[in-house]
Amino acid sequence: MAETPIDRLARNTPASVAHRVRGLSDRAIAWAFVTPTILLLLAINIFPLIWTIRLSFTNFRANRPNEPVEFVGLRNYQRILTDPDIWHTMQATAHFLFWTLFFQVVIGFGLAWLINRKFKGNDLLTTLIVLPMMLSPAVVGNFWTFLYQPQIGLFNYAVEFLTGGSVAASSFTMLGSVELAPWAIVIVDTWMWTPFVMLICLAGLRSIPDYIYEAAEVDRASKWRQFWTMTVPLVLPFLMLAVLFRGIENFKMFDLVVQLTGGGPGDTTLLTSIELKREAFEKWRTGFSSAYAIILFVTVFGLASIYVKALNKVKER
Amino acid sequence: MNVGTRAIAAAAVAVAGMAGTAAQAQDKTLTLCWAAWDPANALVELSKDFEAKSGIKMKFEFVPWPNFADRMLNELNSGGKLCDLMIGDSQWIGAGAESGHYIKLNDFFAANGIDMANFVPATVTGYAEWPKGTPNYWALPAFGDVVGWTYRKDWFERPEIQAAFKEQYGRDLTPPQTFAELMDIAKFFQGREIDGKKVYGASIYTERGSEGITMGVMDVLYSFGFEYQNPEKPYDMQGFVNSPGAVAGLEYYKALYDCCTAPGASNTYMGEGIDAYKSGQVALQMNFAFTWPGFEVDPNVGGGKTGYLVNPAGPDGKRFAQLGGQGISVVSYSEKQADALEYIKWFAQPDVQEKWWSMGGFSTLRSVVENPSFAKSQPYAQTYLDSMAIVKDFWADPSYATLLQDAQKRFHDYVVAGNGTAQEALDGLVQDWTTVFEDDGKL
Repeated sequence: MAETPIDRLARNTPASVAHRVRGLSDRAIAWAFVTPTILLLLAINIFPLIWTIRLSFTNFRANRPNEPVEFVGLRNYQRILTDPDIWHTMQATAHFLFWTLFFQVVIGFGLAWLINRKFKGNDLLTTLIVLPMMLSPAVVGNFWTFLYQPQIGLFNYAVEFLTGGSVAASSFTMLGSVELAPWAIVIVDTWMWTPFVMLICLAGLRSIPDYIYEAAEVDRASKWRQFWTMTVPLVLPFLMLAVLFRGIENFKMFDLVVQLTGGGPGDTTLLTSIELKREAFEKWRTGFSSAYAIILFVTVFGLASIYVKALNKVKER
Repeated sequence: MNVGTRAIAAAAVAVAGMAGTAAQAQDKTLTLCWAAWDPANALVELSKDFEAKSGIKMKFEFVPWPNFADRMLNELNSGGKLCDLMIGDSQWIGAGAESGHYIKLNDFFAANGIDMANFVPATVTGYAEWPKGTPNYWALPAFGDVVGWTYRKDWFERPEIQAAFKEQYGRDLTPPQTFAELMDIAKFFQGREIDGKKVYGASIYTERGSEGITMGVMDVLYSFGFEYQNPEKPYDMQGFVNSPGAVAGLEYYKALYDCCTAPGASNTYMGEGIDAYKSGQVALQMNFAFTWPGFEVDPNVGGGKTGYLVNPAGPDGKRFAQLGGQGISVVSYSEKQADALEYIKWFAQPDVQEKWWSMGGFSTLRSVVENPSFAKSQPYAQTYLDSMAIVKDFWADPSYATLLQDAQKRFHDYVVAGNGTAQEALDGLVQDWTTVFEDDGKL
């Protein structure tokens, strides 16, 4: 048998080293492999987290390193949890999260269901649909500000056209109106990220074996019944995964909304991530923003844990 | 080694040495950080003279205005060595001095005969001093700027428009001298058709993310009686920030936004104002003076079509304007401070300042701006001079970024989103700012 590189390496290993390695238990070898990863994780994940928790109980400001740092107890947490403005940003984030997930799931699943059929131009259409998610959020935000422009924007003209001229294009402003701005950002995010949900749903739909549908046809199950009792339950784990990914992403949504509205009008579209960034890197209230980050972390972690448990249960069914 | 060989070796060493010196001079570079805008391009051209004279190569790091403060303050706060010279915004001077980002220039000025009395006093206070009103200098005034107004002179001069205005308001259509007149004119032009195109009254600042709406609102509020604090008692803001005059000023700004801006102008700042004005969308435009040279050479609004206005007066005849502009500082983290100081020394020279003005840079050297020919040198020169005489600036306190974000939120919430009243917005601002100063231990 020809000598492999591993054999060559073993042959060339000095006797003293080989002896030492032979003396290691399986557990020790496992630790030897895992330790660098654990150290890396500790350095870039766990240590910053612990450091952030520590800072959250202080009045530290990163732009004033020479000032004494005072321990302020729970004052930062108390300020955050009793600040109506911060609760408002939480509400704005919840609104954005709920409606983007709702529309992306409904439209994404619908598109996947339609595109799953075999027809001419299927591949081309799929490619065209997924184009928006390949664009940079900054670019998307920028050109949607033009689309929403009341005088030259295509969106406003489309609304005028669809309403038969009863709503004039320049009579409303999507980004400057308190009522419309929250929906304006939902529309853009839905436009951009529905293809992602569609792709995951498509993977789910294509994983369902044809013979299940053939058996259902033999049993004379209606299309409606096939859809609700076979398609939906079998795609559900995929759909839930898509919701998890999009939910986490949209909870930390920043670039698109900054580009579109800057959080305005007023604080109408001020999401938690934008507010957190302003506190941390514009106002430089490091202690306060650390407490804010910890609260958000606990919220996301808690919700994600509950959700993953539910996802596992669905998978087990 | 014979004599000939020695001579050749000595010559080789000398040549190598000379080449080394030349390479060393060529290797010397300075990085200057500023905002990405027209004056920065002019400075690149101007700095070629410095490169030729000193042998030091200039590099530039320009960041667009909406991200300028964010990017550069992060750079300073992290002790970054990217910038040797910083043309930082006027409000940064407090943080620059107290946090040790800038080096103090008093000794350097004294040693090189640079006298702050030779610069326009408002710019020395605004761009160079910290604490304000004390002879502690952290920058050299580099670029004077102030908020003013431009108007479509060609529209104002049209007989049919003049007649229509006179019929509606019973007086001639002349450039507004008071904010009340400005409102009338903005209302008059709002929705009017000119050359077959619908135009709007005014473009004003409404930007939410960085500093836009605060610069615009403050520009109006000063002339309505707004004060940052009790002159007798620092940081005492009750009754000054939210005085009846200030409330009336904020109400005025909202009324102007509601009645007389173009649809969708809910997040506009300098760039959007320039676009709206150049495209013939608006009759009046609020903007910093740095935009004016660009209008003069624009095919649509240049060549005498644009008039320039000092900020109008408030109801009591008070007249102030929001200061813009910046000073040039040496970053304390730079390893090339000597070269950076050399640049400042060169930049302060009268002939360089003269050229700076001719290239579109707004010099603040008195020998330039007080030259009898200055007022006639550009159509906007006199307006610039008059405006610089009435400037006020936002807090330059080390906590300015927090104070600014609080103002952005309160003003945008009232003016654009239409939430609450002007009184509530300013009362809220007093609360926010009080909290900031309490946290800083100043109250």
